[in-house]
Amino acid sequence: MYPKELRYTKEHEWAKIEGKRVRIGVTKFAADRLSDVVYVELPSVGAELKFMEPFGVVESVKAVSDLYAPISGKVVEINTALVEKPEILNSDPYNAAWMVVVEPSNPAEIEQLLDADAYTAHVGEDQP
Amino acid sequence: MKYIPATQAERERMLAAVGVRAVEDLFLDIPAEARLKRPLDLPPAVPDPTLLAHLRALAERNTDCDRLACFLGAGAYDHFVPSTVPHLALRPEFLTAYTPYQAEIMQGELQAIYEYQSMMCELTGMDVANASMYDGASATGEAASMAADLTKRAEVLISTAVHPEYRQVLRTYTTHLPITVRELPAIDGVTSVEAARAAITDATAALVVQSPNFFGAIEEGEALAKAAHDKGALLVVAVAEPISLGMLRPPGEYGADIVTGEGQALGNALNFGGPYLGMIATREAFVRRIPGRLVGRTVDTAGRPGYVLTLQTREQHIRRAKATSNICTNESLNALVAAVYLSTLGRQGMAHVAELCARKAHYARERIAALPGYALAFGAPTFNEFVVRCPVPPAEINRRLLAHGILGGLPLGRFYPEYDDCWLLCVTEQRSREEIDHLVDHLETLR
Repeated sequence: MYPKELRYTKEHEWAKIEGKRVRIGVTKFAADRLSDVVYVELPSVGAELKFMEPFGVVESVKAVSDLYAPISGKVVEINTALVEKPEILNSDPYNAAWMVVVEPSNPAEIEQLLDADAYTAHVGEDQP
Repeated sequence: MKYIPATQAERERMLAAVGVRAVEDLFLDIPAEARLKRPLDLPPAVPDPTLLAHLRALAERNTDCDRLACFLGAGAYDHFVPSTVPHLALRPEFLTAYTPYQAEIMQGELQAIYEYQSMMCELTGMDVANASMYDGASATGEAASMAADLTKRAEVLISTAVHPEYRQVLRTYTTHLPITVRELPAIDGVTSVEAARAAITDATAALVVQSPNFFGAIEEGEALAKAAHDKGALLVVAVAEPISLGMLRPPGEYGADIVTGEGQALGNALNFGGPYLGMIATREAFVRRIPGRLVGRTVDTAGRPGYVLTLQTREQHIRRAKATSNICTNESLNALVAAVYLSTLGRQGMAHVAELCARKAHYARERIAALPGYALAFGAPTFNEFVVRCPVPPAEINRRLLAHGILGGLPLGRFYPEYDDCWLLCVTEQRSREEIDHLVDHLETLR
């Protein structure tokens, strides 16, 4: 099951509201589909993300995928531990493998994201 | 090549096998108005001996650097090619190999590419080099889009002391990319550090220079690197004459972020202008933005060394529209030639060839500068090329020299109208003192 407290994009990113900030990562579904992740490219602190536009890249032994911003805003933190050990994306996508933290410029965008049930419906019930 | 006959009887059998009556039926899909309805306008067939004699006569209208004393450089260089080069590089296993599509079974080819890449890194002072590109000009175009991608900036500043054809290719490369190219006028035959400093802005992705530059002058690489880095821009250094690296500091040592170049000088013949060898090398931090093929060394399950194509997720067969480049082929045979050449010469041999070039070029430079009517156009230090102001139009000088078996330099007016009395000369290790003296003697009479 997908964590209830998160919001999701159809491109498989999750967003977690933490007060005035939003933490962003990708779902277990995405991590499983990518298989072994070997490289993650994140924006630098201070970069501006735009809603549903690419902000980074995740690369596995099989494929390369863009990361889409679930919300617009300024990057205030990036997970350098993930850049150094990309494989944690496969083992712990919702905690250790968070990607960036942003200060939203338009918090209302969060309403456009899917909740856990809608995301489950999007990827199919049989998925983890 | 095998001679494969096609007699009337064989043609009939083939037509019957594919189920048509006549050869014309094979062209039915081509619209009638697009078809030629008469025989080709060719002269009547001649006997083989006559034909061969005709072709030989045509070929003899060409001449080459084995028969002329060549003082022409400007991006293509007449260097001595040791016999190890054709001996090894023209082995059929290498000669007929194309880009490694079945990579893992082509261990020999992959190893050759890996060795080439390693030598390019050593030569340029960079961390990683690719399996090669088309030529120096296209490699420089690739470097510009790489820099724009890395810096997320949209302007590339290029010195007018970079080869004019490289600049032209850069413009072609960027025509349909969100990159604007701005030229930085060279001053007295070099890229001015002050002018560069003034021209680089927060929107500049890279400053592109060539060293030795198109006028033969050695650029102030370290100061230019600093000028670029101070504004967050990258320094791209194009090396059109890599033999110079046998003597000069490698660009990686003075702060270049991307080194491109033309590898023809490394054991490749002049080849009528191509195929040539595009070199590109960069820092490890930028490896995921380098275009083209990369060969890596690894170990197999039994721990034996092996070679693989690596970091392919950069390339278009995986990354599609977002690939770092649309080039996924390379100039492997030319790269192999360069690798054989460099390993034949070794570090000392390379330094020796470079020194011979520099000494001979400086001898020619001093003697010509001392001739009445002739003068050096610029004062900056040079390697094996230099620019001379002439009392007679350079094209006229070339015409007169050719009659004496001398291939003169490049009249600069073709690319730089303001320098129409200027002549770009090149002297490689191939030129003997007698040939240089011979050139000087002729110039003395031409004023």
